[in-house]
Amino acid sequence: MSAATGAQPLYQDELPSAGARSWTCRRGTALTLTDLAGGANVSALLYSAANPLERYCMPDTLKAQHVSRLTAGVALYSDMGRVLASIVEDGCGWHDTISGHATAETVASKWGANTYQQARNEWRRSAREAFLVELAKHGLGQRDLHPNINFFSKVEVEDEETGALSYVAGNSPAGSHVTLRFELDTLIVLWNGPHPLAEEWLARPVRVTLEHFPTAGADDAVRTSCEENERGFAVTEAALA
Amino acid sequence: MSVSVQSEERSELAARLVLDVPAGEGFAHELAAGETLRIVDLHGNQAVDTLFFDAHDYANRYSAVDTLREQGGVYLGLGSRLLALDGTALVTIVGDTCGRHDTLGGACSQESNVVRYGEHTRHMHACRNTFLAQAREWGRGLDKRDLTANVNFFMNVPLTPEGGLEFVDGVSAPGKYVELRAERDTLVLISNCPQLNNPCNAFDPTPVRLLFWPS
Repeated sequence: MSAATGAQPLYQDELPSAGARSWTCRRGTALTLTDLAGGANVSALLYSAANPLERYCMPDTLKAQHVSRLTAGVALYSDMGRVLASIVEDGCGWHDTISGHATAETVASKWGANTYQQARNEWRRSAREAFLVELAKHGLGQRDLHPNINFFSKVEVEDEETGALSYVAGNSPAGSHVTLRFELDTLIVLWNGPHPLAEEWLARPVRVTLEHFPTAGADDAVRTSCEENERGFAVTEAALA
Repeated sequence: MSVSVQSEERSELAARLVLDVPAGEGFAHELAAGETLRIVDLHGNQAVDTLFFDAHDYANRYSAVDTLREQGGVYLGLGSRLLALDGTALVTIVGDTCGRHDTLGGACSQESNVVRYGEHTRHMHACRNTFLAQAREWGRGLDKRDLTANVNFFMNVPLTPEGGLEFVDGVSAPGKYVELRAERDTLVLISNCPQLNNPCNAFDPTPVRLLFWPS
């Protein structure tokens, strides 16, 4: 499990395949996603709970830290130069944020659509459909979509010159987990289902655990990983004072 | 490296509109379906930050990640179809003498400049302020919610197989251009990047020329 306090979780749930959730996670907590069976993907959107106009920003996150993938030690920046959350633990080493999420068209063309009437709770509702429903619960909509995170998924650039992208199956072993420590109160929207480049629709349960978690100290590994993060954390904390 | 081609000869006289966007300024304009926009990097190594919207539904806007995933590569170039959130193309790159354009580096902002370069850069000019000023001037409800990952024409942001990303010297040169054909009525929002802190404008922002040809 996570390096959290060992106390009783504030909250625990199991997201079934094609299941979605959205809620606000407070600063001082951490959310751990556990890929119970291996091969899961969780697509995620993040917003500042105080003002959802401020949201996760893939380009700012990547260019501040000179990375094109997410893993432990990486801060997730908002489009207002603040750190919404940090990845403090990671069992699989690579989470994608450059290839989007599945839409109803992806489901129909790659994996085969079904209906509730046929499949009941195995209904293959897409990430896009689930995101728009979850966002609507918070007064948000399509204009609030942004390049999302795909936890547990790896999409690599095969060659720097051509920039060709390839999806790497089997990135996440059974039991691997990723822990997000929230630096600001953050509205997070999750959908559990295949990465849009996955060959197969793998139905994989993902455990979601929310716990109290210490905030970043002066020697925190994410804060000290680069000068940019030192400044990013300072700006984030200054706004809380 | 990537393919670059001279597009079909187009006479400047046949253009319905020709204008220069000065360094650090912006421009908003609608392209009718079938029209072609050429963006000329007049002096070389000038990043042109650009957003695209379905002219009849701004919520259906350019999606960088859908575009990259569907084309199977992280650089934009000749033949790239710039997709909207609904999965269909807004514009297609039909001419490109530069060969590589970025869509993962995003637009600079005051806030991201502080993170990247320090507090002393907070009051430097930045693309996202230009986008907001242009959106406000354009009106019709366009605002911050509509700003998302943009295209950076003439900008070079290589990604490595190990998961790295860098801003490096531009691949562009004086007179290089890119041409976009509108696949539907499309609103184009441009910020001619004022960034002075990295090589994306060769530390010297310069004007770019826009030419619009009817279909």
